[in-house]
Amino acid sequence: MSAEVGFRPEPFPVAARTALADAQLRRNLGKATTTIRAKRAQVVGELDDWEALREAGRALKERVLRHLDDYLEQLEESVTQAGGHVHWARDAAEANRIVAEIVTGHGEREVVKVKSLTTDETGLNEALAAAGVSAWETDLAELIVQLGRDASSHILVPAIHKSRAEIRELFLRTLDVDELTDEPTELAGAARAHLRRKFLSARVGVSGVNFALADSGTVCVVESEGNGRMCVTLPDVLVSVMGIEKVVPTWRDLEVFLQLLPRSSTGERMNPYTSFWTGVADGDGPQEFHLVLLDNGRTDVLADRIGRQTLNCIRCSACLNVCPVYERTGGHAYRSVYPGPIGAILTPQLQGIDRAGSLPFASTLCGACYEVCPVKIDIPEVLVHLRARVVEHAAGTRPVPGPEALSMRALGWVFADRRRYEAAQRAARAGSVTISRHGRIRRLPGPLAAWTEGRDAPTVARQSFRQWWAARGGAR
Amino acid sequence: MLARVRAALRDVPPDEAPKDVPVERGYRTRDDAPPGELIDRFAERVEEYEARVLRVDADQVAAAVATACAARGARRLVIPHDLPAEWRPDGVELVADRVGAPLDHATLDGLDGALTGCALGIAETGTIVLDSGAGQGRRVISLLPDYHLCVVGADRVVGSVPEAVAALADAVAAGRPLTWISGPSATSDIELDRVEGVHGPRTLEVLLVG
Ligand code: SF4
Repeated sequence: MSAEVGFRPEPFPVAARTALADAQLRRNLGKATTTIRAKRAQVVGELDDWEALREAGRALKERVLRHLDDYLEQLEESVTQAGGHVHWARDAAEANRIVAEIVTGHGEREVVKVKSLTTDETGLNEALAAAGVSAWETDLAELIVQLGRDASSHILVPAIHKSRAEIRELFLRTLDVDELTDEPTELAGAARAHLRRKFLSARVGVSGVNFALADSGTVCVVESEGNGRMCVTLPDVLVSVMGIEKVVPTWRDLEVFLQLLPRSSTGERMNPYTSFWTGVADGDGPQEFHLVLLDNGRTDVLADRIGRQTLNCIRCSACLNVCPVYERTGGHAYRSVYPGPIGAILTPQLQGIDRAGSLPFASTLCGACYEVCPVKIDIPEVLVHLRARVVEHAAGTRPVPGPEALSMRALGWVFADRRRYEAAQRAARAGSVTISRHGRIRRLPGPLAAWTEGRDAPTVARQSFRQWWAARGGAR
Repeated sequence: MLARVRAALRDVPPDEAPKDVPVERGYRTRDDAPPGELIDRFAERVEEYEARVLRVDADQVAAAVATACAARGARRLVIPHDLPAEWRPDGVELVADRVGAPLDHATLDGLDGALTGCALGIAETGTIVLDSGAGQGRRVISLLPDYHLCVVGADRVVGSVPEAVAALADAVAAGRPLTWISGPSATSDIELDRVEGVHGPRTLEVLLVG
């Protein structure tokens, strides 16, 4: 198993073309993103202190990331003290091996899993299969994806690309049911019955982690369906896999994230279920708990001062739902477990610029993603920064890079049209005031001045853009 | 791995402490609305998740439990061993989950519902929090049965998430597991229609007392 399992090689432009041709996918995505967008706007609008929460969320993440070594050490100590075991995994292969050894060490051949992007990233299910262990996905959508042998298309609603008629057909083919209508309640009921049997028999559960508290060692999983509760409560042994950036300093800090996440994610005041556990609780739930801390490229992201903020991400998927590129192409086109704007900045950094170099160009820099991001990741800033890195990398390896032709169009799309240009500025102004940080330019000179009226341009990117522009022979 | 983390953070001055990174908590940490208003809001928001809320007087809890069970034909309920005596109705079989003699999963799966108390309710979000304290039992008892009937004292309703977090700090420090419940189990995975109940209890009812 290599580190890039879960990432597919086809570049964004090729995959996007395929997706654009799929009418069902476009219809479902259009409906989904519109619905979630409206719900989110409503519940966010209810809180008059939303901007203060966002700022606190961003600041807490900055504190964690700048002192990640301290917090990880603290977390290891507190989890261990509470009766849990902590494992460190440098890459996907190591994480998968750790999980597989725990499962097979107990003589088990099956695990129940609650949806987790982190274990998708490591390709855990495939690795477990190779070790002779079946991993049962227990989210309704993940089950649909798994039964249909699909890749998921949305962080939050992975089966967004399937219609109910398709789901009915799939269940009739793969589950032990004879009759089924395409009523969502009935479809959910069929999945419930199927998975209940798995829950009652599985001895090992596998989960991701939304937050882990350094001070108490408490781990938190946020979910809707109750399969998360099942996975973290019923089995004798629980293994949770988390990216190292998920650590949060103290319990109190969750007063911020537990407001930001559900409202940004599903557009609800609170998601149906949130579970917290601290190591092992005597007589309640799993009596053996393992926490796997995964690097898999995250320390490289951490080392990049502009890219570092990417690790603020709490995986709410709000940026997907406002992204015009995502709405038209869908999640599969990003060829990664992380689609949309966050995928466009996270994947190339985790995987390496040479592997996913077309992704930073899959954006129009309209800034909508930054405005909705509950932890204020300046996605356009990181995109521009990564584009510069891609171009620098390409310049070092081959004379005229292919995928960059798309980049020209993407950047040009905003720059070339006065209306879009102004829309971008308005969008940026509607958000909170961009805080000037070290190394940024408040105003560009001459014809580019308007571009910086609503936003700052990072120094590095501007220079690279101009070098690149010149190398391309200017406008075309 | 920690060495890699440290190498990645070379730009952070060695004498910078975590507390030196400013975190401005400019958000609201309490809701000063009068208690009556908070209780109304709690009831309203729980109902928005399609959970039923019944408001009852303190001496009416057992009768309300009996009525609710009769209405849905629930005959056997699991209860934590320390459920207050005055909540226990006649005419419904109550199966107690005891410390040292816990019910197995198959038995719990076969019961009609669960009757528990809770630690607190959050008005702003319509959330019920179970913190493994008195009258709540193990996490699994409110998970496997398809029906959860939860008794919430009106005096336990707090305004906002930060107030709930503050009130739960001791339970977390003591290592007790917590479950936050906002409405019945739900999914919107099929063409984004909200469907009640995939895995957790498909019906949640709240008895709001006092
Ligand atoms: S980048 Fe921000 S908006 Fe996008 S998923 Fe992450 S936290 Fe949410």
